[in-house]
Amino acid sequence: MAVPVAFFAVFFAYPVAAIVQRGLKSDGVWQLGRITDVLAQSDIRHVLWFTTWQALASTALTLLIALPGAYVFARLDFPGRQVLRAVVTVPFVLPTVVVGTAFLALVGRGGLLDELWGVRLDTTVWAILLAHVFFNYAVVVRTVGGLWAGLDPRQEEAARMLGASPLTAWRRVTLPALAPAVAAAALMVFLFTFTSFGVVQILGGPTFSTLEVEIYRQTAQIFDLSTAAVLTIVQFAAVGAILAVHAWTVRRRESALKLVDASVTARRPRGAGQWALLAGVLVTIALLLVLPLAVLVQRSLTAPAFGYYRALTDPDGGTFLVAPINAIGTSLSYAAAATAIAVVIGGLAAAVLARRDAGRVVRGFDALLMLPLGVSAVTVGFGFLIALDTPPLDLRQSWILVPLAQALVGVPFVVRTMLPVLRAVDVRLREAAAVLGASPWRVWREVDLPLVRRALLIAAGFAFAVSLGEFGATVFIARPDNPTLPVAVARLIGRPGDLNYGQAMALSTILMVVCAVALLILERLRTDRSGEF
Amino acid sequence: MLLSLQAATVRFGGRAVLDTVGLDVAEHEIVCVLGPSGSGKSTLLRAVAGLQPLDSGRVLLDGRDRTAVPVHRREVGLMFQDHQLFPQRDVAGNVAFGLRMHGTAKNERAARVGELLDLVGLPGAGRRAVASLSGGEQQRVALARALAPRPRLLMLDEPLGQLDRSLRERLVVELRELFGRLGTTVLAVTHDQGEAFALADRVVVMRDGRIAQTGTPLEVWQRPADAFVARFLGFENVAEATVDGEAAITPWGKVPVPDGAPQGTHTLLVRPAGVRLVPTTEGLRCTVTARTFKGTHVTLHLQPANAPRLEAACPLRTAPEVGDEVGVEFDPTETAVLH
Repeated sequence: MAVPVAFFAVFFAYPVAAIVQRGLKSDGVWQLGRITDVLAQSDIRHVLWFTTWQALASTALTLLIALPGAYVFARLDFPGRQVLRAVVTVPFVLPTVVVGTAFLALVGRGGLLDELWGVRLDTTVWAILLAHVFFNYAVVVRTVGGLWAGLDPRQEEAARMLGASPLTAWRRVTLPALAPAVAAAALMVFLFTFTSFGVVQILGGPTFSTLEVEIYRQTAQIFDLSTAAVLTIVQFAAVGAILAVHAWTVRRRESALKLVDASVTARRPRGAGQWALLAGVLVTIALLLVLPLAVLVQRSLTAPAFGYYRALTDPDGGTFLVAPINAIGTSLSYAAAATAIAVVIGGLAAAVLARRDAGRVVRGFDALLMLPLGVSAVTVGFGFLIALDTPPLDLRQSWILVPLAQALVGVPFVVRTMLPVLRAVDVRLREAAAVLGASPWRVWREVDLPLVRRALLIAAGFAFAVSLGEFGATVFIARPDNPTLPVAVARLIGRPGDLNYGQAMALSTILMVVCAVALLILERLRTDRSGEF
Repeated sequence: MLLSLQAATVRFGGRAVLDTVGLDVAEHEIVCVLGPSGSGKSTLLRAVAGLQPLDSGRVLLDGRDRTAVPVHRREVGLMFQDHQLFPQRDVAGNVAFGLRMHGTAKNERAARVGELLDLVGLPGAGRRAVASLSGGEQQRVALARALAPRPRLLMLDEPLGQLDRSLRERLVVELRELFGRLGTTVLAVTHDQGEAFALADRVVVMRDGRIAQTGTPLEVWQRPADAFVARFLGFENVAEATVDGEAAITPWGKVPVPDGAPQGTHTLLVRPAGVRLVPTTEGLRCTVTARTFKGTHVTLHLQPANAPRLEAACPLRTAPEVGDEVGVEFDPTETAVLH
């Protein structure tokens, strides 16, 4: 208990407090009027407005496109269903930078649509919205579809026997059971898109800017740290509110639903309607999820003889002090360190939270752990930047700074994956071991560990993928001579010229392949639907 | 005494689940705690095992106070209600678990596991997965696992609770025979009186966290301590009565009682076999309201005009039909005056 709390105190609470102080205190005096001053600026108001409405629009669009998918994956049985489920999940763990470049390759200048029909969307908000749908499709399919697959179809059959039409039965029986899951998924999508950074940074151009991007701009380009701090506080409050509502809906979702084994509820499609739906969903997945990634790979190969890939090994590109290829090694070692930290901290926290006698305070800690997930990576990065630069915690020169920030973002994933599994371990199994002479530590090693080993691996894999793709925090604190993959991609994109563009595509492809492979290995490990992600 | 429980008290919230319970178990004795669910019998086992801390009182094993000793050093065995076999280990891994925890050498462990599997009737099952076992087999593996470290005291929580009836009846005989052969000291809890009577040297009946009665199965069956114990054992003909000489005044009229019965106001029990059917012209006049075939006999529900319902047992051949009118007399050898 003490270790996770200390970790969060030092690396989360303290930086956040530093932000608040930087934003609202000048010359030792609290100036709460700062908030209204900043919010009164018309360009800031414009950013706030855009952040909110694009998040709403993204959420609505995602639900519209992904809910039929949730139904198809939950209730229809077709060849390749398992593989497709895994494919659909890939975008969620892809780094935002990769998603950004992929959509740039699809709808941007010189992109596929530009070549074919002369259509460019990268100057419109549609590129951002589509990228958000791409990103969050899996959230809806997993959250809603997972529950949908577990709902007993006999409930609907019972309603039909009592005289309800198919539509009425669905509306009166299935929909109310699904509603909390839909709400939870929608909130999650809203949260992710509200705090969207990498996608908007790359696709938004100068026109579109979310709060996250604005915080970064104020910090890195205008050097107005106090305005950035105020914006961070605003964002923090908004995210806190969204998370509170989310926690509330999740609690309601857990109540009193009797679920059945998901493998028995799916049936072969019957009738023209179900076949049409299945076809529609497959086409959507092909166009929206697979095509952008395919175009990304294709663009990275347009130079002859893997020219862009070979250029990555050339230190004289001028963009960096080292060859871009070195970013791969840097990224992998940072991600490995971050994974180790996240698994230890998250595992300890989950173990404490799983205890049945966990009190109100401890359960409050549960919600707190979720904060870094929503409280945007940019907040974390910015907080690290301004808080951890003075003794005794001067970590600016230390390589550990980046893994620490990435671990902070990874911990909620570890906790979310481990907690349900740990909670499911029958307490009497531990008692049986104790009665047979196992000390508390032996009980953990002999009973808990074998049962949660799989979940631990999945958690580690997620933490690894998240750390590898982490952009928002890393971009603040990564050293210029040691960029990670996403940072290198973003910098290459920001520079003119075909070579830089091609190299960005190539590096993005490498990053995508690493993440996708990590995820597909995880999907093989995951036999149950443990956790929420 | 091997086990001595002294004024053991456990409270959940404000409610005492164990209320100053005192219980002794001698070496080689098989004691069965019998009671309805919620009577505190499982808590009693957990308190002895150290899984449930006592709010007050003491647990003594071999005369030494073990109240503060943690679970894993108490060296008592406990077989859990639904076995709680370790799902990720095979049968041998489960049985050997306790031996490993006690640092037994590997070859010695393997020998002991083989010996125990033979003992519980599962020779050569060591490599089987726990999930592939039937309920009865799981029960045997759980027993072997609990016996493996040779605990001084073996505790069983509803040992046969989830098995079907015929298997239960067979296993209870096997268990008693096995414990007798090994000289194991056993403290078991069950809600099934048949199981308790078949297994135990001594039965302890619990009610609301207190001990209502202790005695041999025969003693408890013949003379339940009070109306609660009598009803829990399945007797329905229980009523307040005033004993005067050789008869008691009851709602059913005058009922003869055995010689030497205590005089005054008491609870009276008439066992079903003590309710004899006679022509309607004699005895208490009743209507037959239900008739249940029990294999060896028929159980009847008889409703007198102004008294509580009576339960009677009679041979199938002579059993009246529902709706018939019968007369009832009572047999003093099948009645008992309680406390």
